[in-house]
This record gives sequence, C-alpha cells and structure tokens, in this order.
Amino acid sequence: PCNQRPHPLSPLSFSPTVTSEQIEHLHRRFKQLSRDQLTIRKENFDSIPDLEFNPIRGKIVHAFFDKRNLRQASDGLADEINFEDFLTIMSYFRPIEMNMDEEQLDRFRKEKLKFLFHMYDSDHDGKITLQEYRNVVEELLSGNPHLEKESARSIADGAMMEAASICVGQMGPDQVYEGITFEDFLKMWQGIDIETKMHVRFLNMETIAHCY
Amino acid sequence: IPSVSNIVPESCLLIVVGLLVGGLIKGVGEKPPILKSNIFFLFLLPPIILDAGYFLPLRQFTENLGTILIFAVVGTLWNAFFLGGLMYAVCQLGGPGLNHIGLLANLLFGSIISAVDPVAVLAVFEEIHINELLHILVFGESLLNDAVTVVLYHLFEEFANFEQVTIIDIILGFLSFFVVSLGGVFVGVIYGVIAAFTSRFTSHIRVIEPLFVFLYSYMAYLSAELFHLSGIMALIASGVVMRPYVEANISHKSHTTIKYFLKMWSSVSETLIFIFLGVSTVAGHHYWNWTFVISTLLFCLIARVLGVLVLTWFINKFRIVKLTPKDQFIIAYGGLRGAIAFSLCYLLDYKHFGMRDMFLTAIITVIFFTVFVQGMTIRPLVDLLAVKKKQETKRSINEEIHTQFLDHLLTGIEDICGHYGHHHWKDKLNRFNKKYVKKCLIAGERSKEPQLIAFYHKMEMKQAIELVESGGIGKIPSAVSTVSIQNINPKTLPVERILPALSKDKEEEIRKILRNNLQKTRQRLRSYNRHTLVADPYEEAWNQMLLRRQKARQLEQKMNNYLTVPAHKLDSPTMSRARIGSDPLAYEPKADSENLPIITIDPASPQSPESMDLMNEEPKGCGGLPPSPEEDEEGLVMRVKEPSSPGTDDVFTPGTGDSPSNQRMLRCLSDPGPRPEPEEGEPFIPKGQ
Repeated sequence: PCNQRPHPLSPLSFSPTVTSEQIEHLHRRFKQLSRDQLTIRKENFDSIPDLEFNPIRGKIVHAFFDKRNLRQASDGLADEINFEDFLTIMSYFRPIEMNMDEEQLDRFRKEKLKFLFHMYDSDHDGKITLQEYRNVVEELLSGNPHLEKESARSIADGAMMEAASICVGQMGPDQVYEGITFEDFLKMWQGIDIETKMHVRFLNMETIAHCY
Repeated sequence: IPSVSNIVPESCLLIVVGLLVGGLIKGVGEKPPILKSNIFFLFLLPPIILDAGYFLPLRQFTENLGTILIFAVVGTLWNAFFLGGLMYAVCQLGGPGLNHIGLLANLLFGSIISAVDPVAVLAVFEEIHINELLHILVFGESLLNDAVTVVLYHLFEEFANFEQVTIIDIILGFLSFFVVSLGGVFVGVIYGVIAAFTSRFTSHIRVIEPLFVFLYSYMAYLSAELFHLSGIMALIASGVVMRPYVEANISHKSHTTIKYFLKMWSSVSETLIFIFLGVSTVAGHHYWNWTFVISTLLFCLIARVLGVLVLTWFINKFRIVKLTPKDQFIIAYGGLRGAIAFSLCYLLDYKHFGMRDMFLTAIITVIFFTVFVQGMTIRPLVDLLAVKKKQETKRSINEEIHTQFLDHLLTGIEDICGHYGHHHWKDKLNRFNKKYVKKCLIAGERSKEPQLIAFYHKMEMKQAIELVESGGIGKIPSAVSTVSIQNINPKTLPVERILPALSKDKEEEIRKILRNNLQKTRQRLRSYNRHTLVADPYEEAWNQMLLRRQKARQLEQKMNNYLTVPAHKLDSPTMSRARIGSDPLAYEPKADSENLPIITIDPASPQSPESMDLMNEEPKGCGGLPPSPEEDEEGLVMRVKEPSSPGTDDVFTPGTGDSPSNQRMLRCLSDPGPRPEPEEGEPFIPKGQ
C-alpha cells in the first residue's frame, strides 16, 4: 500500500524534489528496516551492518526520533516513527535546486543547519554547551580506543574557545561564554557551503544494501 | 598607474625575455639553442608536475574527478579529431603548398596541439586567484589529458608509417589508452608506496628524507616514460599516494625542505621553459603559411569553446553544483597551450614529417596567442565577470570537526538508505587505510593517530611557531584572541604554570639586574676602543640569558591562554614536535670537559630558527653560568648536570651553586596543562618525562 503521489513536504513549500521513484525505493527500504511493520523503533537501526563502524551512529539514530526534526514538538523523543516521518528526516538531505531564489536558498540552508544543530545540542536547550561539544569530539574520536580522554577534551576546549572568539570577539577575563546558540552556529558555518555538501544522491537506487 | 606585472602575466614577460635573448644571440652571429625535447621532458617538466601532484588539493580533486576526467579525455579527443579533421579539409583546399599533408599527419598535428598545457595553466591561473573549483577543473584537466596526448601521439606517429590502418589497429589504439593511463597510475602508486615505506625507517637519518621523495617520484616518472606509459600520471599518482604517509613520518624540517625545494625547482623550471620558448622561436626554422596558421588558431578556439559547451551540458546533468555559463567561459578561456605541444612537435622525425617546420610555426603561434592574449586578458575578464575568487580561509579546528562530523553523518544516512554512494566508499577506503595501510607505512605511534588529533597538533604547532617568530615581546599576533579557558568554563582551576610565580621582591631584583646589565652593555658598545673590544663573554651571555628568560616567560603566559594539550606519557613525534624542543635528554651536556663550551644540538628537533635561539642557548647559557663570582674568568662552561633540586630557580639565587636544569625551559612554549598529580613544590616537569 504505497502512495504513488509525491510526498507533500508541505511545511517547506518547495516543489516536490523527491520523485515518486525515490519514494518508492525509500519505502522499500523502510519496509526492510521495519520488517514489514508500519513503524520503526530505535532497535531496528541495529540491523544495518555498516552503521556499526560509524562513530556517531548514536547521534544519527537519535536524530531520527528527535521531535524537533520531525516537526512535532520543540522537545522530546518519539518512540517510533512511521514512513512519513522517515521521509521528513530524509528530506533534510535533498540536493539543491537550480531554480531556487535567495530566500528559498537561505531557508534551505537554515533547515539543514538546524538539523545539525539539533544533533550537537543533545539536551535540547537551544545551546551547545562545552560539555556537549566535548561529547561530540569524544564520539568522533571513539573509534580509537587507546586514546586518552584528555585529548578529546582539550580539542573540544580549543574549538570552543575559537568559536567564542569568532562569535563574540575579544572577551574580558570575567565574561563567560555560555554556549553556542543557533546564530553563532550559523556564523561558524559561513565558510562551508552546506547546501551543496549535505545531500545524499538518490541517483542509482537499484541495489539495496542488505540488513541482518 | 598599474605596474607591468599587474597587466602582463609572468609567462609572457619570460617569453619576451627569451625572444630578446635569442635575438641577441642571433645578432652576435651565434646559433641560439633550441629547447631540446629530451631536456624538456626529462629535466624541466618533472619538477613542475611533482610540485603540482604533491600539493594537489585531494579533496576537491576527488569530488570533481568525474568532471575532470570527462573534460580531459573526451574534451581532448574531441579537440584532436575536430581540429585534425578540419585541418585536413583546409589542407586539401589550401593549394599546392598544403596538399601533400595527409589525414594522419593532420590528426597527429591535432593531437599535439589540442592538449591543455599544465605549465601554462599554472603560470596564468596562479596569478588570478580564481576560486578553487575552477582552478582544480582546468588544472586537473591539464594534468590528466597527458594520457590521451601520449596515446594519440604515439598512435598517429606509428600509423603514419603504416600503409594501411585496419580496424584492429584502431581498437588496439583504443585499448592502449587504458593501458597507458592506468599503467601510469599503477607505476606511480607502486613507487609512492615504496617511498612511504622507506620513510618509515628514516628516523635516524633525517637529513636525507627529502631525497627519497624526489628520487622515488622521479623514478616513477622515468619508469613510466620508459614503457611509453603516461609519465605525468605516474608522477601525480606517486605524489598523491606517498604524501600522507611520508608527512606523518618525516621531521618538520624535512617537510619544510621538501616544500621549498619543490617550489624552487618548479619555479626555476617554469622560468626556463618560457625563456627557452622565446629563444627557440627566434632560433627555429620557420615556415609560415598564412592559411595553415590562421586556420589552426581559429579552429583551436572554436573547438575548445564547442567542446566545453557540449560537455558541460552533459556533465551538469550529474553534478550537484552545476557549472554556470560564467564558469564555462573561464574553463574554455583557460585552455592554454604551452611548451609540451612545442616539444612534442619538435620530437617529430623530419623524414616522415617534412612539414614539421610548418607545424612548429603554427604551434608557436597558437602558444603565443593563448599565453599572451588569453593570459593577459583573463585577469580583467575575471574581474569583469565577477567570477568568485579564492577565499583565504584559515583552516580552523571547528571546521575540521564539522567536516568530519558531516562526513560521518552522510555516510550513516547513506547506510540507512541502503545506498552505496560516494560517502560509503570513501568511508570504506578510510577504514581500510586506517586498519592496514597506515600500520605498514607509518612509523611508531603516529600510525594510530586519528586525523582530528593530527590536525589539532598541526594547528598548535603553527600557532606556536607564529608566536615565536613574531618576537613575543609586546606583540600579540592579531590572530590570537583573548578568549581563555576561563571564558568558557569558569569552573576550571587556573592552569598550572611551569615557571614558578616569583615573589614581588624577586621580580624587582630581576628587573634591577636586567637594568644594570643592559646599561652596562650599552655603555660598552658606545665606548669602543681596542681594550674593550672583546666583551666579557660571561656578562654578555648572562644578559642575553636574562633577557631571553623574561621573553620566554611572557611568551609562556600568552601560550597558556590557548594551548591546553596535556603532555602525553607516550610521546608521538607530533606531540614532541608540538613541544618545541623535542627531547630534554638531548640537551644533556657532556660530563667531561671543564673549560670548553659544549653545544649540543639535536639535529632532528623541529624548531624554527628563532625558537632555536630562544631555547637552545638557554640551557647552555644557564648551565654554563654558575652564579658564584669566582668562576667569572672561565667563560662559557658546561658543568656536569646534577639532578636539580626541586623548587629552586637557581639562576636567580646567586650563591647556591647548584646548576638549574633548564631543560624545563624547553617546555615553556607549550603548556602541558593541568596534570593529574602535581608534585608538591615541583614547578618543572622532571627530566625524562
């Protein structure tokens, strides 16, 4: 029972950029992951073999269930997601289009950066604190078991200080930088063109990787 | 008033110089030398290509590899055949002077002249600072089309000798393209791996490390050329393959040496090539045929424009970041021809190709046109069209974290979608690299070092060197912000300093000594006469040492602000490189001689000259300056190092007689951060840690 109509993606009000073919494929994949159920839970993601090697798999899986990404609420985690939610998450990774105007482009970019921001900001308070940033770096380096925690911490500290100096500039010794807000986050990403980098190509979809 | 160098690119000026020199030689009555092809291919071309390949921005290159390959292969083929075919038509119609030139000869001519030249592209594009995408597209194309050129050239040269060309020959020719290009890459990869492996064992002979890079790359080039494979691709492949491993293994100084030698050689080569082009123009035998030359020029331009337009239309279907018409214009306009075409033509045999002179003339005309006209006008055009220029972004640790995070995220999404895409394979390659290859090719601890850590250490060291080179006193580099660890994490305790905090009166004492000694030095210099010519080495060294000590303290204060990497017990070379002054034990002075100044310098220590001054001389100075006055006359003396008494800063307590161990000073440029167990009263890190 797969809907052949293009997915509305209406909150974003873009022209449908995900073709029905791609939706068909994603649906097949969804059924594979959910073992023909209507919803997926977190455990279903464990059945993907390649995901094991990914150092930030926890955050990725978490992002699928984050209500902020699913546009359901401003906080909280869903227990299970259906196909429409799955597509909503996937829509964050669609490629840029030629015929977008400035405003659409800006919104496009902000959407993607918001998704990333939610991944960094694990306690959902709208700020990336030092501890959360340290957590991110630790996870990134988690593939190297012999590494001491000190290194990850110091890298995160150094990065945070750099972020503070970019976002706030010179700080006196008494000022405290609470954390990276979304605006600061935008500033940090100014040099990187996320709208072209953050996409997954849906070109060749015949081969589907197997699950356990 | 814009200066000449703003309008005219360097390559043009060099050609003009060559013309003048050639004219001069001819005027004197001598025969000017012509750029011999074997000199060009064996000695002048490889440094430029190696420089390009070793410093190739790999990320952009691989992201655009498909586009680059299409431009290089299909574009060059199109150019060659289009041009060759049309020239044949022109020759047929061109009257008695041209009728005898056959199809194959024309095709050969087309294949020679159709290839975009890396030397010319580099020379012109370096100056206009265009954005990285366009730069890598045009430049990458110029590098990769070498395989096509080699195949076509040899093919047509052979075929011109045949009476008949069969289909089998054509098919074999087509296959030989794959052999040439893939074979070249294969040869390059082999040599690259061997070089990386060799560099693993060079920790005791740091001085010749750069030699391996140059030698193995050159061997790759020669080996490939020997078998008529693509030498340029072999060179690029070897540079790309060996670089990450070699850089992890070699010392900082070797790295600098390699960088500067490559830049120097490639610069010299480029200059020589253009000058020789000018001289050869004057010297060469020319045969000017208006029809041939003008039509060559015209069709070259048309072929290039058409090729780029059609190919871009095709490529844009598959690209995420589409190529705009502006980009296409620059790509088409950047199709410069250069010395490779000239040398290839020069190689032609007179016996089989009697019209070689005419070809040469036409090629030189096209080269001059592209280099002068296109080279000169591309800069104002770039400004006119408001093409995006290269952004001077400083690589920051944040960017690195984000980029890595994004990579992992996209790989994860691809895995979830079940789509084996670009990121999936890249991730697989990285894992393979980490698991097997790095272990073989990188020595010691560094083989396990993750990229993020390596990057961070590189940044740290860069900042440390910057700070030292900027002089330290009074000048904070603008890049350094005043954000300190307190600003982001108020709960952390203040970082422990290596140097003890001096009490107020001690500080005053130091200041007094400095003032007095400085005054004395100045006085001595003013009252110059024979008797005071030789300054008291003791006093001089003492002053210097005190000055430097204060400098170092100020430096250390600043460094405290943002260097927070803790000292690892297991020392990887990068860690010790980051701590300027690698091995404290290396500064252990010899115990024997009493009165000779002994200077021990660790040749492997990766220090900038200024830090050398700062660091190396202090232990010698301090070590050789026992505070007791009766040893005044001995000059610089190194004493046996006694184990230092903890907690004393002996230099400033005259009379205690104990020699301080100033190896600790070496650490002062990099704060190891709060240590888990600070020993009581021990301000310095004990020797040997």
